Amino acid sequence: MGMRTIRYFLGRLGGAVPTLLAIITISFFLMRLAPGGPFDAEQSLPPDAMANLEAVYGLDQPLWIQYGRYLGALAHGDFGPSYRYRDVTVTELIGQGLPVSATIGAIAIAIALCVGVALGTLAALHQDSMIDYATMALAVAGVAIPSFVLLPFLGLVFAIHLHWLPVAGWEPGSAADLVLPVAVLCLPPLAYIARLTRASMIEVLRSPYIRTAFAKGMPLGTVILRHAMRPALVPVAGYLVPAVAAIMTGSLVVESISGLPGIGRYLVQGALNRDYTLVLGMVIVYSTFLIGMGLLVDLLYAWLDPRIRFQS
Amino acid sequence: MSGIWSDTARRLKSSPLALAAAGFIVAVALVSIVGPLVDSNRFDTLDWSNIAVAPGAQHGHWLGTDRLGRDLFVRTLDGTRISLLIGLIATSVSLVVGVAYGAVAGFAGGNIDRWMMRVVEILSGLPLVFFVILLTVMFGRGVLLLLISIGSIGWLTMARIVRGQTLSIRRREFIEAAIAGGASSGRIIFKHVIPNVIGPVIVYATLTVPQMILFESFLSFLGLGIQEPHASLGTLIADGAAEMEAAPWILLTPGVLLAVLLLSFNIFGDCLRDALDTEER
Repeated sequence: MGMRTIRYFLGRLGGAVPTLLAIITISFFLMRLAPGGPFDAEQSLPPDAMANLEAVYGLDQPLWIQYGRYLGALAHGDFGPSYRYRDVTVTELIGQGLPVSATIGAIAIAIALCVGVALGTLAALHQDSMIDYATMALAVAGVAIPSFVLLPFLGLVFAIHLHWLPVAGWEPGSAADLVLPVAVLCLPPLAYIARLTRASMIEVLRSPYIRTAFAKGMPLGTVILRHAMRPALVPVAGYLVPAVAAIMTGSLVVESISGLPGIGRYLVQGALNRDYTLVLGMVIVYSTFLIGMGLLVDLLYAWLDPRIRFQS
Repeated sequence: MSGIWSDTARRLKSSPLALAAAGFIVAVALVSIVGPLVDSNRFDTLDWSNIAVAPGAQHGHWLGTDRLGRDLFVRTLDGTRISLLIGLIATSVSLVVGVAYGAVAGFAGGNIDRWMMRVVEILSGLPLVFFVILLTVMFGRGVLLLLISIGSIGWLTMARIVRGQTLSIRRREFIEAAIAGGASSGRIIFKHVIPNVIGPVIVYATLTVPQMILFESFLSFLGLGIQEPHASLGTLIADGAAEMEAAPWILLTPGVLLAVLLLSFNIFGDCLRDALDTEER
């Protein structure tokens, strides 16, 4: 990795930190702007009990002190106490849920990338063939059928009627529990990646240097893998961040339906319970992850398309 | 101008796929408006003698009932109407905001354009779905908030498209003529720029409707959108998913309806783009 790439990356990193800080700040003050406090649901506490409760959580301090404390704690990885689950902190909930969500998310994105790129390439090589039409049909259906329709349907067929897979549940190490959730999570990005790869591959295959490679008598597999793949993947890299965002969004549904104990389910539960700190913490985790993904994609771009490195 | 539209209409009419998609959407919309008026059941009446019965005509519930004995035919149609309505309103909101924002940025150019598009870029990089959830936690769940939050996501791409189109026509003679004639910037944007970028805007708006419907159903499915006793396709699917082992029909009708509806909007939007696309011919 050259000096230029490093400097380019540091520049992007410098842009990401203020963005993240802005997200945290806006979310924090939005939370405090909201009408009503987090303890409104408690049945008419006596005023001094309410004051005590607020003092325990530091809510009696001026807003900017609360904000400073929150940022300070956050720097140490402390997202504060959950207002509803009294005995656990938000950090503990995230610590429990993140490995589950990260596992299914990583498997889903890996499958979406591998299968999507392979399908797209095949479709581009055999334009107007059956595989091309099948890929395009999948691309349309994958984008249009929502995960919260697809997952119950697949559950109905594969779990309830055929008994091949469990309906829902989560036991560490049980791969069967993950098949349906991962399949549903990866389908929309897979479909879109196949469509993107097909379009860009068709264009790359028309360029002169590919024709030269074929004219030299280079075998098809080598031409595709060594020469055509890298430039054809540039649009796919551009879609990676939206793909991760789509998988995160889908994981809210999938975890809620399948009962997987990931952070998506905690976020939905927290939102239904109006658990302010929990939801705020989750939003920060998701945002950080997505911004980190954006940085990775920038590096990937620099590798896929060397011209990018030389622009500042 | 009228030539383009009659050409487009002619090309759309010759595409059976576009006609089928449009026909399905119109039919569903009409039935969802008329159906509940004709049927004697109401969306929130409980029929205690027919709890979670399967579809059939013998007990007066065409599509069966849910676990509270509410008629699913009327609930599905009511939910479809609400989903369609929210999709249309949210699309209109993002249309107005996106077109105005994009046209101003593209027409102003320079630093104004750079800053305005920087805002769009930052916003599109954020996990906005999670912000919408954050908003529902803080400000409660209501239809108005739902519309604002859904619309606030949709305008970003619209603004980008309109800005790009505006940039490309900004230097054309008729704009220069308008400037030379002393027209104000606002007048040029609304009278000359926007009417000339309307083609791509209509295509993208058609493709925004299913996105908005999907997003509304997604929030409602999670319990953060439309609240009981009202229904949207999302809440009906959530009800159905909870009962799918004992009563799969509760899930099947709204699930299939939503999927086919979204598919129809997407297909119609794609066909419209092909029909309007003058460069591909």
